[in-house]
Amino acid sequence: MMRRLFPHPYLSLTLFIVWFLLVNDLKLGSAVLAAFLAITIPLLTGAYWPNRPQIKSVPALIAYGLIVFWDVILANIQVARIILFMPADRIRSAWIPVPIELRTPEAIALLSGTITMTPGTVTADMSDCGRVLLIHALHAPDPDAVRDDIKTRYEARLKRIFE
Amino acid sequence: MILTYALDFTLGCFGIALLLNLWLLLRGSNVVDRVLALDTMVVNSIALIVLYGIKSGSALNFEAAILFAMTGFVSSVAFAKYLTRGSVIE
Amino acid sequence: MIGLDQITEIVIAALLVIGGIFGLIGSFGLLKLRDPMQRLHAPTKATTVGVGTALLASVLDLWIFEATLTWQELLVIAFLFLTAPITALFLAKAHLHLTVRHEDIPPTGTKRPWATYSTDDADEFQP
Repeated sequence: MMRRLFPHPYLSLTLFIVWFLLVNDLKLGSAVLAAFLAITIPLLTGAYWPNRPQIKSVPALIAYGLIVFWDVILANIQVARIILFMPADRIRSAWIPVPIELRTPEAIALLSGTITMTPGTVTADMSDCGRVLLIHALHAPDPDAVRDDIKTRYEARLKRIFE
Repeated sequence: MILTYALDFTLGCFGIALLLNLWLLLRGSNVVDRVLALDTMVVNSIALIVLYGIKSGSALNFEAAILFAMTGFVSSVAFAKYLTRGSVIE
Repeated sequence: MIGLDQITEIVIAALLVIGGIFGLIGSFGLLKLRDPMQRLHAPTKATTVGVGTALLASVLDLWIFEATLTWQELLVIAFLFLTAPITALFLAKAHLHLTVRHEDIPPTGTKRPWATYSTDDADEFQP
């Protein structure tokens, strides 16, 4: 019964909170409307994503969020220094293929988003079978180090959270 | 007092950023550059809307900022998808 | 003697200045970097963080000096940070498709090609 009413509990919770952020006041009326949206939208769209994402450990997810937040700040200072102080002909960009062991689509999406927002790298493409990510690094004298850093710092943590 | 100066400085920064984006929009080497310039212009415009909100001391501008963020995102993705696949909805 | 109001004012001013500088760096990087793929780096990181910082300053400013706590800016920040990687990915794929030749990027190391260069329509994704 609960499972049929709430096919995606995390989505329902997110919709509920986001609606409150959007109307920006705490009234009973908006709570009713938020609850209505939080129940109907997952029911209507549930057919398109039958599998529920499995989150093994919520504290680990929060810790991951904090690490990424810190890395985003560091990454920006790094990119700003490259843009401002490095002559354009000395920037060594590289394409780096990164084989991934993650298999759940949510984890891969989160990993590629993290890669784009953190140190000098942008996720550009994925192999057809979903096992390798193509990454473009802004300035990478040592491409192997970038790959190993991504694998140990982010992928290992995501693997613990989702798989 | 110091806040007024900081606000004017930031408004100036984002205004110049907008002009630089316009330069790339006009002189970009290919169409992807131009879409990227437009996308950055949208983000910089959101910053200008928000800064105007601080200057006028009202919270009403944020709905405009949200709408701008959403339409900007959808249009950039639709443009990029059209460039890659030749159609937006498959 | 510096009061609490002045400290918050200085914090907000610092956030605003940092945001403005990052926004300017993002747009300056767009012009300075040579390769279209390098140009993608500047706005996805620097501009997003610049705007995020300015939004944070406006939340603080309206909360402390106008006594209206708005949550919508937090929504805008979250939205910008979630959508920036997606826009970057789509633009990168468009760039790969339009101008980069298949031979110029490293092979996948598996039997399948990169998704942008895949010729068959079958969805081979196997989770």
